[in-house]
Amino acid sequence: MRSDNFLESSITGILETTQDWLAEFGGILMFLGSFIYWTSKPPYRVREIFRQMDFVGVQSGMLIVMTGAFTGMVSALQGYNGMSRYGAGSLVGATTALALARELGPVLTGLMVVGRVGSAMTAELGSMRNTQQIDAISSMAVAPIQYLVSPRIIATTLTLPFLSVVFGFSGMVGAYIISTEYLHIDAGAFMSGIKDYMTPNDVTQGLIKAFVFGFILSLVACFKGYNASGGSRGVGVATTKSVVLSSVLILFSDYVMTTIMF
Amino acid sequence: MIQVDNVQKRFAEQEVLRGVSFEVKQGSITTLIGRSGAGKSLLLRHLIGLDQPDSGRILIDGTDIVGMRTSELNGIRRRFGVLFQDGALFDSMSVRDNVAFPLREHTKLSEKEILDKAAQKLELVGLLSHGSKYPSELSGGMRKRVGLARALALGPDLVFFDEPTSGLDPITRGAIYRLIESTHIDGEITYFLVSHDITGVMAISDEVIMLHQGRIVAQGTPEGFRTNPDPVVQQFLLGSPDGPIAID
Repeated sequence: MRSDNFLESSITGILETTQDWLAEFGGILMFLGSFIYWTSKPPYRVREIFRQMDFVGVQSGMLIVMTGAFTGMVSALQGYNGMSRYGAGSLVGATTALALARELGPVLTGLMVVGRVGSAMTAELGSMRNTQQIDAISSMAVAPIQYLVSPRIIATTLTLPFLSVVFGFSGMVGAYIISTEYLHIDAGAFMSGIKDYMTPNDVTQGLIKAFVFGFILSLVACFKGYNASGGSRGVGVATTKSVVLSSVLILFSDYVMTTIMF
Repeated sequence: MIQVDNVQKRFAEQEVLRGVSFEVKQGSITTLIGRSGAGKSLLLRHLIGLDQPDSGRILIDGTDIVGMRTSELNGIRRRFGVLFQDGALFDSMSVRDNVAFPLREHTKLSEKEILDKAAQKLELVGLLSHGSKYPSELSGGMRKRVGLARALALGPDLVFFDEPTSGLDPITRGAIYRLIESTHIDGEITYFLVSHDITGVMAISDEVIMLHQGRIVAQGTPEGFRTNPDPVVQQFLLGSPDGPIAID
């Protein structure tokens, strides 16, 4: 009797969770449709796009430089630790560059921007929803998706590849300093490894990934904020869900893209 | 001007609007009254097109806005001004920019003309010197006055007010009512208010409509309302806990 109840509640739980996920997915698709529709219609809010690019890009600059530099340093140390066992310690420049360009740069930039920008977007839009500011925009015959959402998604999507490049460059500077000053690898060997093993395709793959991550994280952040309800607690819940969902989707789409572009 | 015809709205098991019908005369100040939670603000959202009814029609100058596409609805909304309950000012913009917002969006005026017009509207509500402040620096009454200035910026012929005096002290409340009266042009601009502040609205309204349990139970002039024999109306007017209106 007890096992029957357990089975029934388990199945109900799974069905309800599946239903919630499908509803969420459907909601995001409809939101995406609205974004495409309103973005294609004038007025094109170029000034607002630049304002958001400043927020997403310029104001994230120092954070990206720092995380990039530390990631490059750690990559160089760990890479050397592994490769020196095979007598290939001098290849640390090449492996760090490949890892930063193809994987670490776009993924870690995406995750850092989720934390700094995605959460702020969700909280801001959620707060605007709860204080009727979005209703006020609608009542003034302005499309809130066009005014609030389109500039944020466009700006984040365009800016993330640049941030990823900054991340990669900072990482390489960090790796170079650690490799030459601490690990005493010859600077020429470090640089020639990069030149010999890295191709433009590695950089392109990283940029494509960053572009997609920027789109995903801003779409999710705006969707969650735009539809937030339930006062300040609702905004908090929406922000948490936005960060979690964006991060998971970034890692999932990274796997999919890596498989396709491998 | 506004015709509401048999509007119904249900949320799951709860039927909030049960066939609401009434008309608002052009150029009048008409107030919808009722208890908190009666569905007044919800009905107002329907009139602005922010919510859609399950059935019924809402006609603005003979055009049914129910089910209308957003782009078409926006054409009608350009004639609206809306003062939301807490002002709904954009907290990222200064007071001046809040008032200038609809002008920047819908007119081809130069920046100087926009700022002049915004200043005029701020002067109208007595807040000209507060133009560079942000909404978080204003009191509740000031925020509502800025909201009114923004609602009037485009020279609308229909202005909606959602609880324009809720949460205000009696003196500020009086000032808001005076402002509503002074900005209203008889026969030209229609003001539609939603409120439960019976004393204040009776003094300024041409017509009063009462919403109770999802239906319109009374409509008429303030004088007609005072002499209405309906015990529901009388209990509400007197603010008495005893009577047919049960306390939740």
